[in-house]
Amino acid sequence: MTWDPTQPILEIENLSITFFTRLRQIPAVMDFSCKVMAGEAMGLVGESGCGKSTVALAVMRDLGKNGKITGGRILFKGQDLTSMSDEELRRIRGSEIAMIYQEPMASLNPAMKIGAQLAEVPMIHRGMSRADAWALARQIVADVRLPDPDRMLNSYPHQLSGGQQQRIVIAMALMAKPALLILDEPTTALDVTVEAGIVALVKELGEKYGTSMLFISHNLGLVLDVCDRLCVMYSGEAVETGNVAEVFTEMRHPYTQALFRAIPLPGADKNARPLISIPGNFPLPHERPNGCNFGPRCDYFQPGCCDAGEIAMEPVPGSDRHATRCLKWQEIDWLAPPKAAHAREKLPPGEIVLKMDDLRKYYQVSSGAFGGGMTKVVKANETLSFEARKGETLAIVGESGCGKSTFAKVLMGLETATSGKIMLFDENVQSTPIQKRGADTVSKLQMVFQNPFDTLNPSMTVGRQIIRALEVFQFGKSDAERHARMLELLDLVKLPRAFAERMPRQLSGGQKQRVGIARAFAGGAKVVVADEPVSALDVSVQAAVTDLLMDIQRENGTTLLFISHDLSIVRYLSDRVMVMYLGHVVEMGTTAQVFAPPYHPYTEALLSAVPIADPTVTRKHIVLEGAIPSAMNPPPGCPFQTRCRWKSQVAGGLCEREMPPVVSLDGGHQIKCHLTAEQFASMEPVIRIAAE
Amino acid sequence: MFAFILRRSGVMLLTVLALTFIVFWLTNLPPNLEKLAKSEASVRMTDAEVASWLDRNGYGSSTLNRYGQWLGVVPGWTREEDGRFTGRCISGTATSLDDAPTRCGILQGAWGYSTVFKQPVADVIKRSLSMTSWLMLWVMIVMVPTALILGVLSGMREGSWTDRILSGFAIITTATPEYVSGVIFIVIFASATVGISPVLTELGWIEGKTLFQGTATAAMDKITFWNFALPVMTIALYGIGYIARMTRASMTEVMSQQYIRTARLKGVSFRQVVMKHALRNALIAPFTVIMLQFPWLLNGVVIVETLFNYKGFGWTLVQAAGNNDIPLLLGCSVVAVVVVLITQLISDIGYVFLNPRIRLS
Repeated sequence: MTWDPTQPILEIENLSITFFTRLRQIPAVMDFSCKVMAGEAMGLVGESGCGKSTVALAVMRDLGKNGKITGGRILFKGQDLTSMSDEELRRIRGSEIAMIYQEPMASLNPAMKIGAQLAEVPMIHRGMSRADAWALARQIVADVRLPDPDRMLNSYPHQLSGGQQQRIVIAMALMAKPALLILDEPTTALDVTVEAGIVALVKELGEKYGTSMLFISHNLGLVLDVCDRLCVMYSGEAVETGNVAEVFTEMRHPYTQALFRAIPLPGADKNARPLISIPGNFPLPHERPNGCNFGPRCDYFQPGCCDAGEIAMEPVPGSDRHATRCLKWQEIDWLAPPKAAHAREKLPPGEIVLKMDDLRKYYQVSSGAFGGGMTKVVKANETLSFEARKGETLAIVGESGCGKSTFAKVLMGLETATSGKIMLFDENVQSTPIQKRGADTVSKLQMVFQNPFDTLNPSMTVGRQIIRALEVFQFGKSDAERHARMLELLDLVKLPRAFAERMPRQLSGGQKQRVGIARAFAGGAKVVVADEPVSALDVSVQAAVTDLLMDIQRENGTTLLFISHDLSIVRYLSDRVMVMYLGHVVEMGTTAQVFAPPYHPYTEALLSAVPIADPTVTRKHIVLEGAIPSAMNPPPGCPFQTRCRWKSQVAGGLCEREMPPVVSLDGGHQIKCHLTAEQFASMEPVIRIAAE
Repeated sequence: MFAFILRRSGVMLLTVLALTFIVFWLTNLPPNLEKLAKSEASVRMTDAEVASWLDRNGYGSSTLNRYGQWLGVVPGWTREEDGRFTGRCISGTATSLDDAPTRCGILQGAWGYSTVFKQPVADVIKRSLSMTSWLMLWVMIVMVPTALILGVLSGMREGSWTDRILSGFAIITTATPEYVSGVIFIVIFASATVGISPVLTELGWIEGKTLFQGTATAAMDKITFWNFALPVMTIALYGIGYIARMTRASMTEVMSQQYIRTARLKGVSFRQVVMKHALRNALIAPFTVIMLQFPWLLNGVVIVETLFNYKGFGWTLVQAAGNNDIPLLLGCSVVAVVVVLITQLISDIGYVFLNPRIRLS
């Protein structure tokens, strides 16, 4: 059967998918339709649990034993995938439709060489000989711009970095030159600069091979970067679909609008223009409301209309296949400014609470799988000096392996510093491990952890866990007093008091993180280290949790050390920013100073790598070549010299020989770089917001 | 790698020392020695006579000292009586000490003299170990492939009928101890009056009275299917269930991994997914279990060898324990400990080779 290229490559018509469990039937996707034309990139956007990955797996017909397609059709090049036999499907999988997965490490077979895993594809689908297949694999590996293809082919997956692994997964998908590529959150597990490289690669290969793409992501900025069209999903339904530019500027569904208002775009400010979180929680699949699924959380909800019955997709006239699943879209004034925003005053920073002076942390590691061998020194933190004031938010930014977690561990006392000083108020804590710190010091210095799912004890009620923290902090004289304080803390983090009796598994991610915050503030913490506190949460919840942290900070005058890799949120909430690379602080200054030129070359690259979900923003694309060097084996001279695009402008190879000095610019802005003042002055802003 | 093996060997040596000392101490407790004296000399000895017999035969010194003698690091005891010498390193009596070695313990290769078999312990152990190793070899040949195949078959499609039937079989076999399954086998296959043998004889399909032989004594000279199948099956069956369940668990886990999905969505056929992608990863865990089976087999042979009257290591151990044969018991325990530790070492090294993630660069 031949396929007419003017017809859609992939056409999904009214697809419904249900998972059958012993307890109940869970409808995962309902009445989903979309079309992907040849060479087009379609984005599927939504929060976790909205069914976007289920759609992708349905296209692959790999829903597992419990998942069943209960209605609709999936046409691929005119053939109905839902009625195909296993053998027919097998022929299409990998050759016509290929998939790229979220976690590259888990998607590669740990016990097989990369080459064998790649060569398998043409050997199965085209009956290619082993030697030819390996040759083709070598060529494709070079195509995805991996260094030293021969060595790559003979490696095992664990010998590669995350970015390299993802390039291998992409290479594997391209081995048979598929017509459709499904990318399921391909960069979520990767660092931003690595992500930028992968995204550039995917776009380039898409154009080169004319591959259509189904791009699944929760990151709106990324979708804007990669896709031509998008489809926003909410709770198993497509709520809005259309051209990317149109949906981003003229959204016609309240959920899409709420989503955009909840993400920190440039221009958002925690004091003047705070984010607006979406009230309420994502409905569970078996507790979906009647009518519009978004109804209970929607500002425009109208009883009797929105909850009456099924709502169909309605095309927006005069647009490019733009459609929305909202009954009231014509009545809503889409240009009205958000009303909930009430500006707050900026807190003036107080006295110095925390001071670090020339802090270093080195680790001794032994190489070799069975111990013994050479011992090496890993310099996790080098000459860290800064101070944090009362009521201030200091953000620590950097990619994985830059030493930001080590810094947190040293500060908390989980590790002791190799040298240098940490002053908490007027107490020296750099060489006091947490076991030896007094209850007072411990309760003053607390931490909010990244993953709220793992940090709560699963077999203890929420209230008990908070009381336990109070006991450790030696708060209160009696159990009754601690109980009362626990209830106050629940009020503080805006959780209902009834939650005290609940078990952690009954809570959603955002609620768990609130419990984590309550625990951290239990003893009246003065300094709180928040290690990526919202990165595991969904966009609509992120804003609420961030807001909560800000509120508590404002009330208590807490100093917040906000560790993050997400520059958007850092720009939104921090007063000062510290950028780290390979254990060094490469740039430090106020948020405005760091986010505007002059930049440290690494900050510049980092800023350009962050996708921004705003079509009016143009940003320069600076793709960093190569991976972050290993901290075991750092490059000589400047730590960033191996990837720096400004290196050629410094005369005499100075970058390769000498560690750059810390240059102080106006207003306490510090940059660790060899570039001259004129060169700094010549830097252009990475991000430009088009005049409105 | 070399340093690792060296270090592990060091730890092994320490373990051997500690374990043998415990066995030595237990077998040399005073009531046991009294029993020994009475069985060696006379049952009607008085307590004083027992004490003097023990003293005369080198049991007078401290346990630690005697352990040292047994090891061969402390000079063996000697005793002079009327110009004639007796001692640990002297057989019978001697006129001078010059010919006899000062130390004679297991380090010097002197394992002692078995009181039950009236033979040197080394000979007894050598003979019984060779018997048992034949039994073990056949058990392994039957058990390992069967168990792995069953485990992989049931694990590759979790929850299917194949899985349920095979898992049921595995649970039943692990739940049946050898002394039960052995008796059942004998009743069904090796009895002239019940089971299937009388029927087969009546039909004229078999020549002898029973299909299989109920004793494996004949197998000590020549192993045949008919005399060896029952003891092998009895031991293997128990292990099959156990290993199959481990393999199944490992296989189901591997089959739910993301890289298996990757392979499936590459268009690899189910057969190839199992053979090429899942198998190697799924065998890592059972490999350790299989190596752990060796020590357990030593254990299992005690019952089966006694049941089928096959004079191997287990049977010897039972004889030694039943007759208070201290040197033989000690010898057996040394062998058992060494076998266990060596299989563990092999298992650790093999694990490294099976799993590239911890392989040395």
